[in-house]
Amino acid sequence: MNINIFFLLEQLLNGVQFGVMLFLISAGLTLVFGIMNLINLAHGVLYMLGAYICASVIQASGSFLVGVAAAIVGSLAAGIVIELVTFRPLYRRTHLDQVLVTFGLTLFFNELVRIIWGPTALYAAVPAALSGQIDILPGAPYPTYRLVIIGTGILAAVFLYALVSYTRIGMLIRAGASNRVMVEALGVNIKLLYTFIFGLGAALAALAGALAGPILAIESGMGNGMLILALVVIVIGGIGSIRGAFIASILVGTVDTLGRTMLRPLFATFLSQATADQAGPAIASMLIYLLMAFILFFRPQGLFPPRIR
Amino acid sequence: MQSRTVVAAVIFTALALVPSVATALNQSFYIDVGIRILIFAIAALSLDLILGYGGMVSFGHAAFLGIGAYAVGILAYFGVHNGLAQFVAAIVVSTLAALFIGAVSVRTTGVYFIMTTLAFGQMLYFLAVSMSKFGGDDGMNISSTSDFGGWLDLHNPIVLYYTCFCFLLGFAVFSDRLVGSRFGMVLRAIHMNEQRAVAIGVGSFRYKLTAFVISGAMCGVSGALLANQALFVSPAIMHWTRSGEILIMVILGGIGTLFGPIIGAVVYLLLESTLSRITEHWEIILGPFLIIVVLFAHRGMLGWIAERRRAPTK
Repeated sequence: MNINIFFLLEQLLNGVQFGVMLFLISAGLTLVFGIMNLINLAHGVLYMLGAYICASVIQASGSFLVGVAAAIVGSLAAGIVIELVTFRPLYRRTHLDQVLVTFGLTLFFNELVRIIWGPTALYAAVPAALSGQIDILPGAPYPTYRLVIIGTGILAAVFLYALVSYTRIGMLIRAGASNRVMVEALGVNIKLLYTFIFGLGAALAALAGALAGPILAIESGMGNGMLILALVVIVIGGIGSIRGAFIASILVGTVDTLGRTMLRPLFATFLSQATADQAGPAIASMLIYLLMAFILFFRPQGLFPPRIR
Repeated sequence: MQSRTVVAAVIFTALALVPSVATALNQSFYIDVGIRILIFAIAALSLDLILGYGGMVSFGHAAFLGIGAYAVGILAYFGVHNGLAQFVAAIVVSTLAALFIGAVSVRTTGVYFIMTTLAFGQMLYFLAVSMSKFGGDDGMNISSTSDFGGWLDLHNPIVLYYTCFCFLLGFAVFSDRLVGSRFGMVLRAIHMNEQRAVAIGVGSFRYKLTAFVISGAMCGVSGALLANQALFVSPAIMHWTRSGEILIMVILGGIGTLFGPIIGAVVYLLLESTLSRITEHWEIILGPFLIIVVLFAHRGMLGWIAERRRAPTK
């Protein structure tokens, strides 16, 4: 029984760690969505670029921190270029146009990455200082690196919350979200503000990508799956809400992780083993989409709907 | 209206001639390309029905393509090759799926609709990936084409081509009539101003859901045809990028034109087969091409033609 509780705790932490990564990606997505009213399917690209740049720089420099910093700077630059070149004409277009253009960007960058880094997946090593395990409870070790990811994600959440709630730029972000024209009329350079928000989102996604390097395969298209999950997160959380994105990220992360590990043994307790082997993974892979459908059925605007403009 | 009929006649005459021309040139490869084009034209047409006339941007339409294909594949796996049974199953299952997906997503609007359909598409994609009995991620081969008792041999590419052609023609005529009917008028009214339509006394949910289900069922048929052409079905058929491709075909041809998406499918698939012969990294050309089309010619080809014709009278 003890082992079961430790196992559950470990899976719960894995879920939180996955959720925190989702939050780093969804935060930018929900800000861009909620404030600029722009659907950015190319957001996964920034996550992917972060992972690739980080892995390459670690290989060249040998330092994990330099790799993470380079990933953030690199993706930030790529994000700003993307914003200036393709998004500025897009803000006033329909959502359909935005979906298609950013879809085109995704195709382009996935292929570009395949040309530069080749079709085979890269793997980054966990930095030596973080490769050990820590006892979270006596007799329950957990990888240090995953704890670092959780800590980083929570720090990022606190930073974003403070930025949006207590600083001048955060005030402008909130004002821009509720009435763009009025903010512009008051003499704020809204275009610059948009570029800043987009860059912030790009940097967070790159951070997620850089952190994901040592635990996931780095390959072209790796951002696609995460992007879809991040979209689920922001729809569940309510578009534009950082708080909603954080809660929904943790929810989606834990539900997905627990579903994948717990559903099969759970089903086996009251179904035949063969049925459980078939049904467990099938339901687990659909679980978060069912969760989303369920939440949207009762709250079509998500858990923390945007305030009416 | 006159020019629409002319455009439609030209498209279908050209499509009808493809097998003869390909045979004359001894290039049977083009019949295969033609079959793919016809199949995706049906999918694009079905999407245009809800996108162009109901304003519903479905980003999960490939799911119905997958359902139709898996209906054929799974029945064939269990030894049921009867074509009628397979196609009826494809239609019934995609109708039910559309009813369920629509019941949740049609209640939402705008961005939420896009995201919900996308999520449902992914849900079915991962369901297919997890069905290890039917090949899981790798997909499965289908032992033979749908059996229509000897009078329709789908193994023969030319027969398959004209079968797809007839389906496309039938669906196009049906959609054209549907859009012009009372139902179509109501649907367009809801698209233009939902609040006003509701105020007049139209139950918008019922109309939108019905359109969504019709569209899903049509797309399911194209999936069943696709399974017959490829004799293979895998989850890749309903990946979200595939839904994006169907959307692109509609945009390329022109939203809300019905015949436009058929041209869109022709252009997109010809572009794909040409570019992929030039370089394996063809998506690096396709991506920017798509961006340019949307940014500078977002009304599509038929829309552009229509606009030029309409311009002087306005």
